[in-house]
Amino acid sequence: MKLQKASSFALYAVLELAAKPTHQVSGTEIAKKYGISAHHLAKVLRDLGRAGIVEAARGVGGGYRLAANPKRLTLFDVIQIFEPVGPQDNLNGDSRMTTDAGCALRAVLDELDDHTLATFRSITISTMIKLMARKPWKNLVRVPRPTRRAASHR
Amino acid sequence: MAQQRSGAASHRGRGNPTAHISIMKSRPVPKSADELVIRPAVPSDLPALIALDEEITGLAKRRYWKETFTRYRSRRRQPQVLLVAERDGQIEGFVVGEIRAWEFGEPPCGWIFAIQVRPKTRLQGVGTQLFEALCDAFRRAGVTKVRTMMARDNHLVLSFFRSQGMMAGPFIELETTLD
Repeated sequence: MKLQKASSFALYAVLELAAKPTHQVSGTEIAKKYGISAHHLAKVLRDLGRAGIVEAARGVGGGYRLAANPKRLTLFDVIQIFEPVGPQDNLNGDSRMTTDAGCALRAVLDELDDHTLATFRSITISTMIKLMARKPWKNLVRVPRPTRRAASHR
Repeated sequence: MAQQRSGAASHRGRGNPTAHISIMKSRPVPKSADELVIRPAVPSDLPALIALDEEITGLAKRRYWKETFTRYRSRRRQPQVLLVAERDGQIEGFVVGEIRAWEFGEPPCGWIFAIQVRPKTRLQGVGTQLFEALCDAFRRAGVTKVRTMMARDNHLVLSFFRSQGMMAGPFIELETTLD
């Protein structure tokens, strides 16, 4: 799955701040490290501030710091500020979703959304910091997904 | 922390599906009254263990626990572990696990079937100590992977296992309702 840009930027910012709990980190610093637009990140940080997740320190040497408890703050808490997570009740007026085929499709999509929701709700920022330190992906060998063309020639 | 199930690790001693888990033979003596001791459950722990489980889950499962305890105690050579966390004479939590071989086609690995900590004692590292003690027992038996399974809306226990470094495994659990 892919997160919207704002969600990703927010998570990068929160993880950066959580990794440096005794520092105030500027938005420019975070934007530079992750190669993202400083303007876009500023908007994201404002939203995180309004949600009480980060707080800004003004003046010389000002920057941001994490206001929330990283042991309690989950990925879900951050992402849901920027995009819906989990099964959606709103059918957006799509009458096809009320057909048998539509309902069956929705059941499968809800299954996936339920797993996504459970994953995001159970991973705290503190757990992410530990994961970054452990680097388990170093031992993972990802099998490349078949290309669309290769799959169609089975 | 709520109840939960899981367990396993790949096995270094291939072809030994009933690896022996070595556990403490004698009851450890705490250095001070408030020291937390992790030790194998003994028969006198059973009432406290049943009461703690009932306090947390709201369900009395006396028969289940008596059978589980008898099974785990009577098959000392089997790779099963029931550990309790005791402080000042009170059981503060417990963990149940065992090594299972070739379940779902997988080589021997450790499964955690249940872990519970008294609500008032949470956030003091009791669950972590129980988890680590069980993992140590699995390690000594030669397995290198631990698995568990739980309700996906049980965010509390899911978060706990995530914080211990556990991540999604290679299985997807499926079920159906029988008519």
